[in-house]
Amino acid sequence: MNSRVIEPGAGTPGQAQASPPAPRRTIDIVNASLKRRYAKERRFRFLGAAAVALGLLFVAILFADIVAKGYTAFQQTYIHVPIYFDADTLDPTGERDPRTLANADYTGLVKKSLRRLFPEITERRRLRELYSLVSVGAGQQLQKMVLAHPSLIGTTRDIWLIAGADVDMLIKGHIDRNVPQADRRIRDNALELVDRMVADGRIEKRFNTGFFTNGTSREPEMAGIAGALMGSFYTLSLTLLFSFPIGVGAALYLEEFAPKNRWTDLIEVNINNLAAVPSIVFGLLGLAVFINIFGVPRSTPLVGALVLTLMTLPTIIIASRAALKSVPPSIREAALGIGASPLQTQFHHVLPLAMPGMLTGTIIGMAQALGETAPLLMIGMIAFIVDIPRGFTDAATVLPVQIFLWADSPERGFVERTSAAIIVLLGFLLLMNLTAVILRRRFERRW
Amino acid sequence: MNPSTLLILLLGLTALAYHAGRKRAVTSAGGAARINTLHSLPSYYGFYAALWAAVPALLLMLLWYGIQDSVVTALVKAQLPAETVEGLSPGRLSLLLTDVKNLAQGNILSGEPTPEIQAAADHYARLQQLASYALWLLVLGLALGGMALAVRQTNPRMRARNRVETTVLGIMILFSSIAILTTLGIVISVLFESLLFFQKVSPLEFFFGTLWSPQTAMRADQVASEGAFGAVPLFTGTLLVSAIAMFVAVPIGLMSAIYLSEYAPRRVRSLAKPVLEVLAGIPTVVYGFFAALTVAPVIRGFGESLGLTVASESALAAGLVMGIMIIPFVSSLSDDVINAVPQSMRDGSYALGATQSETIRRVIIPAALPGIVGGILLAVSRAIGETMIVVMAAGLSANLTANPLESVTTVTVQIVTLLTGDQEFDSAKTLAAFALGLTLFLVTLTLNVIALHIVRRYREQYE
Repeated sequence: MNSRVIEPGAGTPGQAQASPPAPRRTIDIVNASLKRRYAKERRFRFLGAAAVALGLLFVAILFADIVAKGYTAFQQTYIHVPIYFDADTLDPTGERDPRTLANADYTGLVKKSLRRLFPEITERRRLRELYSLVSVGAGQQLQKMVLAHPSLIGTTRDIWLIAGADVDMLIKGHIDRNVPQADRRIRDNALELVDRMVADGRIEKRFNTGFFTNGTSREPEMAGIAGALMGSFYTLSLTLLFSFPIGVGAALYLEEFAPKNRWTDLIEVNINNLAAVPSIVFGLLGLAVFINIFGVPRSTPLVGALVLTLMTLPTIIIASRAALKSVPPSIREAALGIGASPLQTQFHHVLPLAMPGMLTGTIIGMAQALGETAPLLMIGMIAFIVDIPRGFTDAATVLPVQIFLWADSPERGFVERTSAAIIVLLGFLLLMNLTAVILRRRFERRW
Repeated sequence: MNPSTLLILLLGLTALAYHAGRKRAVTSAGGAARINTLHSLPSYYGFYAALWAAVPALLLMLLWYGIQDSVVTALVKAQLPAETVEGLSPGRLSLLLTDVKNLAQGNILSGEPTPEIQAAADHYARLQQLASYALWLLVLGLALGGMALAVRQTNPRMRARNRVETTVLGIMILFSSIAILTTLGIVISVLFESLLFFQKVSPLEFFFGTLWSPQTAMRADQVASEGAFGAVPLFTGTLLVSAIAMFVAVPIGLMSAIYLSEYAPRRVRSLAKPVLEVLAGIPTVVYGFFAALTVAPVIRGFGESLGLTVASESALAAGLVMGIMIIPFVSSLSDDVINAVPQSMRDGSYALGATQSETIRRVIIPAALPGIVGGILLAVSRAIGETMIVVMAAGLSANLTANPLESVTTVTVQIVTLLTGDQEFDSAKTLAAFALGLTLFLVTLTLNVIALHIVRRYREQYE
């Protein structure tokens, strides 16, 4: 603006005398430009506010979109069917042998019960439509019940069977009734059956416990996140076990004991760089070193935890060093002054004071590890695993990878499951970050 | 016989050693009343014994598990009858060994087991069993021996504290060198596989070739293309997606940082800043889902209503969402830098009659420019290395195009595609992933080093 105020030759007394028009003083030029400058100021300010608003809008859209897609998955459609637990089909020998009971024809039982409900349907094609209303998992549902209570055999019970994915989508309003039959997942005849059952009160939406207790499945209505949750749990607990002591130890050494020389400089630059290396590169490292050289079993929480440890270490080290830095030197001097050894000073006095900051950093690192997907794809945690893992060396998958796998499935039913799994994942992340914030607010001391 | 039981047992022994060492120290001093004759506090004698019990045993265990499988496999291989092994390619041989292992573990085989394989499997199972017994014996023996040694050494004049502290310091030094080891591990492993790759495919073809089609024939009789490894389409695809992302993230991130640090009332700032930072905490797989299922169809629908042909996996969708992800990154880095500009520079500008926006544009931004550029470089490196969004929302076809409405593929997408599924470690297809990984690592490393250097220099300037 300086250049504009001192316009060439403007306002010098000699020129003013030579030219007749009124003298143009600096203030006039400034005043004349004020309107334009203020408008510019307003525009700039508006742009800034718009950028913030746009950012907030993105957050809102993202969350609204995922919640709108996913909240229906917390409910599941069930069909109310009276089932006669026929002793002849289930347990012909009458010994109640669990193996016989486990291998009995439960799907046949479901079909028979459905036929009894609609005796007028005899044509084979229409029967198939009738059977498809109920999930293929309904048989397993009955199997579980009978195995838990063999006394059910010989009785008739009213049971809420899991509905098939198409019925589920229809009841939740994800299938448009008005499209022609050929473009619809559910045929007209089946639609009519569903409507009749709704009118009879035989179809109901209930809380979807299966989503939290089942492993994954090819059938959307049977798929749950229990396996992925347990996988994440095992992987994260190992990651914490490895990365917290290593991170704190490294930070303590680098901040308090290390001599300032080229070696420690190198370590420092290294840590800063590792924090910015793409996560997928850590996956390559895990594949080439942990799996191919050291023979750590693939797809297991163990190898996942090793990779995630290396990934989260920089975060934890940087946060821990900051926490150590914020402890005033007077604490150290006092401890050393009354005869504590350097290590006693650190472990008895400095470390407890720095602990909240270190824990905050660790929780943030763990939150990163919980959401990480790419490196785990490299080390085989992408396999389709139905069983819920029961140890650190069982093949497992984790929640974000499960989301990735489900997102790839074309069925409409998986879209809502994926979104629901995302909601659960975000819930955990929120909880962790909230803990970190509370920890920081409550325990961090300002000196 | 599983490792966790052994670990728990070892933990118990360590606790026992602590107790024994401590007790021995107190007794050797002549009872609790005379512990002031000890060189160190009694607990240090306990720690000393515990370290002796735990550390050697743990090291042995780690080493053992590291090599057990390869040693046992080598022994089994040596035992295989010569006529079975003869004339087998390395690939067939490893397949055979996998069969043996599967049979030993009771898994399903690829075919009916022959008597030789059955025998080898029995041998394998026996060796594994033997190895695991030997390990238990050795580990427990070593722990007990270490404990006995330490307890025997204990006397009032032993400098237990100094010994324990030296060990702890050594462990901490080891921990801090893990960062270096990680970098070394990355460089060596990726470099090694890349060199193998460059023996099969010339670096010239890789860096300058324009045709990418890594599907090589698995069997000799299969009809398939030879496989082409020209990575230029991947590089341009990565650049295109990253450029779109930066096009979204830089203006929005920078402007919101300026607004929040210079204009916004305190309440707005304290609310909007954490909400924007939520974007940084969302896992990338969530963004990928959002991009693939929400943004891509919207863009496609919008483009088609304008009469444009839009690929269902367009670079635009992936880039846009990646940009959203990077906004908080740019804004928080710029925010730091803008706040570091001394207040005196603002005051000087206001005193000359400049408006707020003029101060920002002509004083603050030029002063903060190095820091902002450093932050943007870090964001670019982030965009280049981002994986899940592009895996889920960008395509697989390697198109050499600058049209954001077309489908492109990126370096990270190809690494994931090449390395998930069946792997053979001697095929060019798998090794290509490591060559791509090396390129990715080097590029992001260079960007990071430059960016961190700029940011550090900038910070020093105003401190």
